[in-house]
Amino acid sequence: MRDTLVLQTNKIGKYFYDPVKFKVLDNISFDVKHGEFLTLVGKSGCGKSTLLYILSTMDTEYEGELIIDGESLTNKKTDRLAQVRNEKIGFVFQFHYLLPEFSCLKNVMIPALKLGKYSYKEIEHRAYQKLEILGIKDEALKPASKLSGGQQQRVAIARALVNDPKIIMGDEPTGNLDSKNTQIVFEIFKQLTQEHDQTIIAVTHDNDFAKASDRTIEMMDGKIINLNKQWD
Amino acid sequence: MKRDVNSEIAFTHILSRKKQTLVASLGVTVGITAFVFLNSLILGFNRFFDDQIFRSMPHMRIYKDDEISKSLVSKKDSSTLPVVVNPKFLNKTKNLINPQLLVNEMNHQPDVVAAAQWVSVNLFYTSGKTQMNGIASGANIKEADAMFDITSTMVEGKAHNLESVTNGILIGVGIAEKLNLRLNDNLTVISSIGASKVMKVVGIFKTSNSISDKTKSYMNLSAAQQLLREGPSYVTDIYINVKDPDKVAQYKPFFEKLSGYKVEEWKEANETFVAASKTRSVMMRSISGAILLVAAFGIYNILNMTIMQKLNDIAILKATGFSGKDVIKIFVSEALIMGTFGTLIGLTLATLLVNLVSHVYVGGDIGFFPIRFEPSIMGLGAFVGILVTTAAGFIPARNAAKVDPVEIFRK
Repeated sequence: MRDTLVLQTNKIGKYFYDPVKFKVLDNISFDVKHGEFLTLVGKSGCGKSTLLYILSTMDTEYEGELIIDGESLTNKKTDRLAQVRNEKIGFVFQFHYLLPEFSCLKNVMIPALKLGKYSYKEIEHRAYQKLEILGIKDEALKPASKLSGGQQQRVAIARALVNDPKIIMGDEPTGNLDSKNTQIVFEIFKQLTQEHDQTIIAVTHDNDFAKASDRTIEMMDGKIINLNKQWD
Repeated sequence: MKRDVNSEIAFTHILSRKKQTLVASLGVTVGITAFVFLNSLILGFNRFFDDQIFRSMPHMRIYKDDEISKSLVSKKDSSTLPVVVNPKFLNKTKNLINPQLLVNEMNHQPDVVAAAQWVSVNLFYTSGKTQMNGIASGANIKEADAMFDITSTMVEGKAHNLESVTNGILIGVGIAEKLNLRLNDNLTVISSIGASKVMKVVGIFKTSNSISDKTKSYMNLSAAQQLLREGPSYVTDIYINVKDPDKVAQYKPFFEKLSGYKVEEWKEANETFVAASKTRSVMMRSISGAILLVAAFGIYNILNMTIMQKLNDIAILKATGFSGKDVIKIFVSEALIMGTFGTLIGLTLATLLVNLVSHVYVGGDIGFFPIRFEPSIMGLGAFVGILVTTAAGFIPARNAAKVDPVEIFRK
């Protein structure tokens, strides 16, 4: 399993048209293996977030091809893409993005309820498990808006994990956290790749975070300049 | 039990915005209340006026129509000439042939509720030197009572007294007052062809129409025939009541064919009335429709606002695998919940209101306020209410489904 590919991109390119036509991504091709902890780095505006949104299947206007888990997702119907996101991809955002009206537990449960693979009771149990892994089981029944930033981010990670996705994508997952919480999140990611064979793809500005990952792809001006950045 | 996550999200959204939900639902409540109330009002009014009409008029009347001679006989071939004559009425009598058989035949029809032989006589009621003109209806009192419910209008005596008194007469209160008549008094009537007869007042009735109270009377068929100097088989009209008076136009050709005579239905005889009741219905329906439309806009507005506030949430839902269809389901469910809630309260309120108003005494001929409560209106109200709110919810929900999560996350 370790050496098989979970995600491939083939010559992905993308344009922005507003205010002028501008090529944000150019000829992006790389592979990601199962269980890999991959980080994307580069200066602001180099297109790494744009690339992540394409990888996440949410952005469908691009050239080239995207293959996740052996399935080409280019030009697929939006309903199918939603299914793929639900089943195979977990998201962690910079600004936590929980649903404020729901309890932490519900927030974690919602993607699993959508998937409908398990019964309600089992989903509840699994959600508790994930919250326990992240050390916030005690906060489970509090409304999401009552938690601190670090706690909210951990709930968001639990939500990303609940369907045991193949890939977890993070857009600056630690961008809003202090060093202690950053360390916690990093440890969790590391553990997921090593023990559960899940793949992490994270966009980050944090060099220490990137350095500690398995592999770092560096981008500049919409192109990959280094497929495996070596830190000195 | 496997709970549907979409409706769970919809419920949570609604419960976390109780005040907004309540306001939107109240809009629907007002709309539905007005809708049901106004429709009950139309129904009540129309029934009331129909009843008024059917007090003095049958659903259908079979009679012998006047025939007019042809004024021109065109020439058949070169050897004959065309003939021109003055047009003339051909019938010598308005008598229907074998009326008893016709009535029996009519009574056998499944849609016929009542059929009665009828002879109308123009006459004068006289008392000393005072004379009043009027119209007497000669009929079998049993049949007539079944049709027009004369018994309920009696103020003195009984309608069925006519059965035992062959020269009995039932008169309106207007006649009784003017001619100073009481029960069991004698009254001389003179028909338009000069036949006079002494009748005995066996009953006095009071209808809601003062003109008919001053002119109308009922007598036995035989008495009316005598006043017209005709034999016992002389009958000019057959009155028919059917199950559904609104369908008379459909029955008409059938009965014309069956009887071989002309059939006149009540709608033809009361075109003004029918037009007025149609106008009334259109008016009330447009008012209630307008109110419902306003309520629908309320739902539309609130849902639109909610979606604007929840762009972030929608983006998250989409990112975690909810499709556009799911988003539509969530927000349409919210509209549906608000609509159902508002409709239920509206129906309850309308029931109370209709009940209350139906106990208001207006007096006069009307009595209690003519409003009618019917389950079919409630059903229609519920259907329309839920349909309108769902439709109002669908438009903003569709917009929500189009939200592009990438655009939201980029900000």
